[in-house]
Amino acid sequence: MAGTIVATDTPAAGGRKPPGRAGWLLLAPLLAWLACFVVAPTAILFAYSFCQRDELGFVVWEFSWENYARIADPVYLKIFGRSLWYAGLTTVLCLLIGYPVAYYIARAPASRRPTLLMLLMIPFWISFLLRTYAWISLLKADGLVSATLEMLHLIPEPLEILYKPAAVLIGLVYTYLPFMILPIYTSAEKIENSLIEASMNLGAGPWRTLAHVILPLTKPGIFAGVLLVFVPSIGMFAVNDLMGGGKVDMIGNVIQNQFGQARDWPFGAALGITFLALFVISFWFLHDRGEVKRT
Amino acid sequence: METMVELRGVTKRFGAFTAVDSVDLQIRQGEFMTFLGPSGCGKTTLLRLISGFETATAGRVLIGGRDVTDVPPYKRDVNQVFQSYAIFPHLNVADNVAFGLRMRNVPAAERAKRVGEALELVSLQGLEKRRPHELSGGQRQRVALARAIVCRPQVLLLDEPLSALDAKLRHSMQFELKNLQRQLGITFIFVTHDQEEALIMSDRIAVINKGRIEQLGDATQIYHAPATAFTADFIGEANLLKSQVVYRNGILARVRLTEGVELAVKKETLQDSTSQALLSVRPEKIYITKTKPAKENAFKGTIEEEVFRGAMDELRIRIGGTPAANGSHTGLSLMAMVPNESSHERSWHKGDTVYCTIHTDDIVVVEQKA
Repeated sequence: MAGTIVATDTPAAGGRKPPGRAGWLLLAPLLAWLACFVVAPTAILFAYSFCQRDELGFVVWEFSWENYARIADPVYLKIFGRSLWYAGLTTVLCLLIGYPVAYYIARAPASRRPTLLMLLMIPFWISFLLRTYAWISLLKADGLVSATLEMLHLIPEPLEILYKPAAVLIGLVYTYLPFMILPIYTSAEKIENSLIEASMNLGAGPWRTLAHVILPLTKPGIFAGVLLVFVPSIGMFAVNDLMGGGKVDMIGNVIQNQFGQARDWPFGAALGITFLALFVISFWFLHDRGEVKRT
Repeated sequence: METMVELRGVTKRFGAFTAVDSVDLQIRQGEFMTFLGPSGCGKTTLLRLISGFETATAGRVLIGGRDVTDVPPYKRDVNQVFQSYAIFPHLNVADNVAFGLRMRNVPAAERAKRVGEALELVSLQGLEKRRPHELSGGQRQRVALARAIVCRPQVLLLDEPLSALDAKLRHSMQFELKNLQRQLGITFIFVTHDQEEALIMSDRIAVINKGRIEQLGDATQIYHAPATAFTADFIGEANLLKSQVVYRNGILARVRLTEGVELAVKKETLQDSTSQALLSVRPEKIYITKTKPAKENAFKGTIEEEVFRGAMDELRIRIGGTPAANGSHTGLSLMAMVPNESSHERSWHKGDTVYCTIHTDDIVVVEQKA
């Protein structure tokens, strides 16, 4: 009896086939858009990065490695390092704050989830700059946060965090938190309740269930969230500019400066290309580890 | 025999809805107990109260003599086979089965040995490294079973584990489960809405309806001596016949079913004050003949419908009453099951006049009132 198991369903065969003619036709607008606005600008940037500038800041078409050599300057390496450090810190904080929120929303009754997700999306309806200025007025020495804490006698003197690294970090975490929450929510929402019950039934308490079932099953969401927060926060310049008061420069500020005041497009391009290369490498690195096979 | 699971006045309410209504039940060590009932009757809630996924609103739950009413699920010595199997998708077969042992900190060497034994018990050797999505439904079911028994629990809970399998596989699994239970000697509590499954596997069946145990007994008792109309109707098929007591004498009483149809029943099955009774007669206990038998409780009738059901023929027979002008019929319709005797032609045809005989032994009084 035991040897003759009848297969009631066949395991899903995951195969992809290339798009047909109609498929290419439907893809055409996207491919054209990518070619014009992603491939072409990147190619121009790549070409610029090997050029030089004259005294007035115009691009001189003369091949040189000099721009890349300049990046190795300790000044820029330090800024690169600081960018990675802040981005890393932002990612960790977003993960620590975002994971419980995402999990809570995913496990909330299905009828309440749309409302909770909506609350998460509402800030996107307001301009990013406006929201950043709102934070400035909240965090400044005579701002709402400081005044409240003082009134409650929790701090002896006005809070001095604006234009300090802490303010930049708050701004970065605030900006990127939803990008951590949404992918984790998506993978947490798929976890069937019976899997959590099975884990408990097999003797795992809440923490071991988290470690052995919930975290492994939300791994794809965690990796996507880490990628969506870490990569753009390396290159962020607006938050550091406004909330760091120009004292907490990151690589984004340097690049922006090359194309602005410094008028050194070739060097800016070289920084941009280096940054892009780091981006692509880290994506590959994370992506290969983020794959989890699901039923 | 020793009591393994005991429910004392257990009640579970969800808001205003009472899912389980003061249930008292003792399940013996090594017993195959089935909770049988329609969907929404509370059988799954009852199981979840034992596994600890629900907490009783009132009453106590005891497992192995220990009060576990307020003990969380991960500290109870019970394991469950889930309806959806709940196989961890991120672990292979061996790791799925080993999960409970890891959580109990069983050393790696012993873990490997016990996983091997459990997989052998469910005939899954060689599939250790398979991922859940590479398994068929029947194989997943076996993984779920192995994962639950590898922990050697005091009680194994099975929540409709066979409902997703096709009929043939389900039937062979029923026998396998029963064998496994005998082999392991573990108390099995099995939840199903499939009465045939319950009759095949169980030592005892608790028929559950509206959060209460309607009847508790072994398969024969439940089938042949249903205590209530619900049980008679839910288990197998039954002719439920309303009747009025018309006469009592000696050991027999006569009841009137309909115009011109009177039935003799055993007097001891009726209370003295009873004037109305609801009777249950199984369709296969109605004997059909073409000629009038010289017996009591034989009624002349007409075949209204004849349905071929493989091993049996299902007949609907109208007895008593008179045909009305509009084509409808008064009287009573009986359902009978007769074995299919000839392989070439049907023995019974619509419109045939036949005689139905019912033995007094086969009449069960399921309700009565004065």
